[in-house]
Amino acid sequence: MLRFILKKLLYLVPTMIGITLVAFGFIRLLPGDPVLLMAGERGVSPERYAQIAAQLGYDKPVWQQYLHYLGNLLQGDLGNSLVTKKPVLTEFLALFPATVELALVAIIIATVIGVPVGVIAAIKRGSWFDQVSMTAALVGFSMPIFWWGLLLIILFSGVLGWTPVSGRISLMYFFPQVTGFMLIDSLISGQKGAFASALSHLILPSIVLATIPLAVIARQTRSAMLEVMGEDYVRTARAKGLSTRRVIGVHALRNAMIPVITTIGLQVGVLMAGAILTETIFSWPGIGKWMIDSISRRDYPVVQSGLLLIAAIVMIVNLIVDLTYGLINPRIRHK
Amino acid sequence: MTDTTVKISDAAIRRRMLREFWFYFSQNRGAVIGLVVFVLLVLTAIFASLIAPHDPTQQYRDALLVPPIWQEGGRAGFLLGTDAVGRDMLSRLIHGAQYSLFIGIVVVAIALTGGIIIGLVAGFFGGWVDTVIMRVMDVVLAFPSLLLALVLVAVLGPGLTNAMIAIAIVYQPHFARLTRAAVMGEKAREYVTAAKVAGAGNLRLMFKTILPNCLAPLIVQATLSFSSAVLDSAALGFLGMGAQPPASEWGTMLAEAREFILRAWWVVTFPGLAILVSVLAINLMGDGLRDALDPKLKRS
Repeated sequence: MLRFILKKLLYLVPTMIGITLVAFGFIRLLPGDPVLLMAGERGVSPERYAQIAAQLGYDKPVWQQYLHYLGNLLQGDLGNSLVTKKPVLTEFLALFPATVELALVAIIIATVIGVPVGVIAAIKRGSWFDQVSMTAALVGFSMPIFWWGLLLIILFSGVLGWTPVSGRISLMYFFPQVTGFMLIDSLISGQKGAFASALSHLILPSIVLATIPLAVIARQTRSAMLEVMGEDYVRTARAKGLSTRRVIGVHALRNAMIPVITTIGLQVGVLMAGAILTETIFSWPGIGKWMIDSISRRDYPVVQSGLLLIAAIVMIVNLIVDLTYGLINPRIRHK
Repeated sequence: MTDTTVKISDAAIRRRMLREFWFYFSQNRGAVIGLVVFVLLVLTAIFASLIAPHDPTQQYRDALLVPPIWQEGGRAGFLLGTDAVGRDMLSRLIHGAQYSLFIGIVVVAIALTGGIIIGLVAGFFGGWVDTVIMRVMDVVLAFPSLLLALVLVAVLGPGLTNAMIAIAIVYQPHFARLTRAAVMGEKAREYVTAAKVAGAGNLRLMFKTILPNCLAPLIVQATLSFSSAVLDSAALGFLGMGAQPPASEWGTMLAEAREFILRAWWVVTFPGLAILVSVLAINLMGDGLRDALDPKLKRS
């Protein structure tokens, strides 16, 4: 198992280097003088110009700049935001929990609904449930989620007035950050109504973000179940006289879950892309909105490092999924 | 069977394959519906200026935010109402179809061509060429596609052309991987060896001998990419990085409509519905294509 993990880790090194190259190359690829570009229409004084140029290391050859950049990265120095002047990493860590909370709730919704729907659709293949749920899944899969979010706002915030339009919690409540997860922190604070407020802020964005993963998981579960149920060992289990529930619950579902888990893991990239849109619509103070704001503010050090961090996170999660996969399925591990 | 003994021409084979394909495709009701909607969409785009009742950029200053005709206050001239500067929604939506189809075609064409060439080279030559190419593709795939496209557009500058290029670059690895896998499967088959023995050069082997036999998964992927391209370009437009106003691209229309969402539901609802219906139609077609082209599913 250790060898398996090490091999997987080693395999990531070239990709990781590639990602740093992309992030490093990003600022250099910007057409025109990057310093002037970052300054925008305001322009920049000669002193400030020299300061930024030196800060970014433009006075040295490119390969030296890259090595310098890598060195800084390894020390955890991702540069400073041009707008807030704060270290990018500090900003990232402050906003990251908001995105994780949103993404976690979304993936939980997607899995808790998607897997049972897929299983039932497979068992009752061709039934009305199968047809309706798979049609719904295809609609969800085709959904422009930024529009879906706006529709939900019109309905639940506008017409019904049930949920707030933006943010993470009502401004009435204030409590110290413990975990960074609003749902948990509001409970810890013990303030009346705080948890309900956090939940009502979270519900719409998480539904929006869950939509595409939910559709993908339901479809994948259904096709994995259908495939597995045609296998010999399922027929054997049935022939042995096991109850249908046991055949499906133990023999079929467990094997069908292997590709499903991979699918769930692969949704991390989808979630990060979805977070950009979802957080923008709901003014959710997370990584996605931070990236969009930084792009429009031309805060390129933030864009550069945000790109790097997000790619690294997606890779790490995919690695964990890969390892879990090996854990569940010994055939992969011993290959 | 008598026709097994008769020599059949290539055209006849092709016709028979097409008939067989249509047989499986038409058994999928959703796929046929998708195809019909898609054809309608194409016709709408082609004849946009004939169908549209108004010029999509014409601003009727006396008709700002007029609701659809069936709602109170609706006006006969504006079937689906008007937007905040008095442009006819229906005409803008009709012209928007041109953008979406154009974007889908261009993105798929670039990504497909690039991906096929890269994948063919990687799969055909193998060794270090393959390793280097596939590692580069891995890097591109490590980024969430929308994020990478956004950053690329930030580099290239916002606009429709750059958005299409960015999306095409992001989709390319999928085609490259598929082509490579198919080529590696086909490379060792007898017919390739036979062609090689007959003296076919590398280019002929790659493009004329191997490629036609790898097309099925690529066609399916192309359909899926087409719908994703429509979706992603609309997302970029929505974020202000795609087609720029006053273009009647559906995502851009949504971005302009955002501030009116609680006052004028129609300016938000219709463009999104147009995106959803087109993407759904293409995805339905894609599902049908996959079922019809996948021999494994055919037998079951």
